[in-house]
Amino acid sequence: MSPDLLKLIFGRLGLESLPLHEPIVVGTFVVVALGGAVLLGGLTYFRLWGYLWREWFTTVDHKRIGIMYMILGIVMLLRGFADALMMRGQQMLAFGGSEGYLNAHHYDQVFTAHGVIMIFFVAMPLVTGLMNYVVPLQIGARDVSFPFLNNFSFWMTVGGAVLVMASLFIGEFARTGWLAYPPLSNIGYSPDVGVDYYIWALQVAGVGTTLSGINLICTIVKLRCPGMTMMKMPVFTWTSLCTNILIVASFPVLTVVLALLSLDRYVGTNFFTNDFGGSPMMYVNLIWIWGHPEVYILVLPAFGIFSEVTSTFSGKRLFGYTSMVYATVVITILSYLVWLHHFFTMGSGASVNSFFGITTMIISIPTGAKMFNWLFTMYRGRIRYELPMMWTIAFMLTFVIGGMTGVLLAVPPADFVLHNSLFLIAHFHNVIIGGVVFGAFAGINYWFPKAFGFKLDVFWGKLSFWFWVVGFYLAFMPLYVLGLMGVTRRLRVFDDPSLQIWFIIAAIGAFLVFLGILSMLMQFAVSLLKREQLKDVTGDPWDARTLEWATSSPPPDYNFAFTPVVHDNDAWWDMKKRGYQRPLTGFKPIHMPSSTGTGIILAGLATAMGFGLIWYIWWLAAASFLAMLAVGIGHTFNYHRDFDIPAEDVIRTEDARTKLLAGAK
Amino acid sequence: MTTDTHAAGAHDHHHDDGHAHSTFSGYMLGFVLSVVLTAIPFWLVMSGALPSKQITALVIMAFAVVQIVVHMIYFLHMNAKSENGWTMMALIFTIVMVVIGLSGSLWVMNHLNSNMMPIHQMSGMK
Repeated sequence: MSPDLLKLIFGRLGLESLPLHEPIVVGTFVVVALGGAVLLGGLTYFRLWGYLWREWFTTVDHKRIGIMYMILGIVMLLRGFADALMMRGQQMLAFGGSEGYLNAHHYDQVFTAHGVIMIFFVAMPLVTGLMNYVVPLQIGARDVSFPFLNNFSFWMTVGGAVLVMASLFIGEFARTGWLAYPPLSNIGYSPDVGVDYYIWALQVAGVGTTLSGINLICTIVKLRCPGMTMMKMPVFTWTSLCTNILIVASFPVLTVVLALLSLDRYVGTNFFTNDFGGSPMMYVNLIWIWGHPEVYILVLPAFGIFSEVTSTFSGKRLFGYTSMVYATVVITILSYLVWLHHFFTMGSGASVNSFFGITTMIISIPTGAKMFNWLFTMYRGRIRYELPMMWTIAFMLTFVIGGMTGVLLAVPPADFVLHNSLFLIAHFHNVIIGGVVFGAFAGINYWFPKAFGFKLDVFWGKLSFWFWVVGFYLAFMPLYVLGLMGVTRRLRVFDDPSLQIWFIIAAIGAFLVFLGILSMLMQFAVSLLKREQLKDVTGDPWDARTLEWATSSPPPDYNFAFTPVVHDNDAWWDMKKRGYQRPLTGFKPIHMPSSTGTGIILAGLATAMGFGLIWYIWWLAAASFLAMLAVGIGHTFNYHRDFDIPAEDVIRTEDARTKLLAGAK
Repeated sequence: MTTDTHAAGAHDHHHDDGHAHSTFSGYMLGFVLSVVLTAIPFWLVMSGALPSKQITALVIMAFAVVQIVVHMIYFLHMNAKSENGWTMMALIFTIVMVVIGLSGSLWVMNHLNSNMMPIHQMSGMK
């Protein structure tokens, strides 16, 4: 075939795009391919495809979508953490003339992929998954406002993750750091597909995130059950509301800034170039207008989880509910006023830097108020040290350290010394792991019995907890020391042999965290095997306080046979105290949304379009785009969007629960 | 149902208790206004009626703002009372965000040469 024809069909994709010269990548590919073959073969052998398609891939049930988000987050955690181990290994070895085992080309991709995956495809899905699962239950709703949109959002997030994973084996990923600053990310310095993978993965996933933000805001505003005024909402619902407002207000900025970067790369505009009037600094400015709210998007739901867990396991109403709500709202607004602290050193003068330094320090006040609220909730409470509470206490200790180093970094003169050093790396891992990841784990351990009807195994849970916590401190405290000594981030080799010991300690820490992740997977497996012993039939295993515990575990498709009526904060606690009797008769048919495959098809087409754009396969991009329009318009003619669960089915489900509850007593 | 209509009647005689209602004349008025507000900036640019480009740009920006308001009122049916005030709240929040983003960016970007390395100051400025 002529080269022109090949180029027309395959764009810049060719055999040389496969990273066959990288033995590590080839090895990974072999393992992934074998594992994938076993998985796909197993699904085919056990004839599970139909089940998966009908019950999971096409579902519009917020609970199943929530669980799928969690699975996505945990799978991607394995990938992102493999990158982390590789980096720690490289930095531990590359001393005294050794080049380590990763070449620069590969190492730069590893640290970029680590950051992108951990933020966009681990933290975001974990947080979104928990919100998706819990919020409708907490407000007594049957589903989210737009169930189809919810399914579509999830698959768009998966589409972005697929593109990032594809970059490992087809071509390469960006070598720019996780925010892809120009001019490095511009076509002149990054002519390869790496940055294009980055752009389209984030654009595809970003659509999903934005739509799911709109969906959850609408759900919280419109679908609360009777009696649940704004100031009677559970704190997790409040933080979810604020997080989704942040998503809707900030993700468009990311979309636009990445679109401008793609214009620079694809059609030769000069928004962020060095010449022709472009300004790379504008990119830095814009992306942090999104980027700072993003960290609050991640941590606010975690704060909500800790609030629920603290009050449940202290057996007390949350201390200072009103102040907690106002602190959350204040953080929401303030998070838009601090973005410049990410680039104090970019050249601004004293007035700009001091303004943003002060706003940054102010944001620690509402956060500190929250911390005291949790402490006062625990004060004189009858604290039960179950796994969610253990993660919460680890969070409180760890996050305070991270918060204080954050205030140190907020002082512009100090930042001039610490900017882009390992001190910064230690700081943000301290708040993201100590806040978001510990929060997600507290949430998983707390709500798992709700989702599956049995508790998680305590032994492996505790093992995982201690490996994670000890591993975290060993891995990141040395980085504070190194950062203060002036070691900068993203270095591949080192000259000064006296630094090596710190990197060895950090690597040991990372390995302990690895054991923590393995223990967590063991915890899931062991709990599944011991599910009869760990079974909970009451639906309320923790003696909890909010509405999600009022229904069975796992909840029926329709969540609540009758919409609950709320009279107080901690609605379920209030119902229990007033001797609430579950209604046993009078069930009616329940109106529910129908499953549809449109979401996964649209997201698949969007992913194909992204792939086409990345490799300049224009026919593929155009064809997928047109197909997307066709499927989207076609879906508007789908009139089978809802159905009624017949009253007999509701009666059967509820009677089964009545028997279970009677058996438990 | 009767209580609903009663409440709405007692409330106000506008249709703005829950959802905003749209009429053909409302859409037409919005459409005509949008066309006019788009045509004038085009004419300003094509004919060069105003003496300086800067003034033209500012006038176009002013037209754009009016256009946004027209869209919000006639197409998005926003007013102070619809959806129990949530639309208004969302609008205020959006305006606050946009003002922070735009004014902040202008301030930051205009300030960026304050701490340049000396070598740039010598060769670049003046």
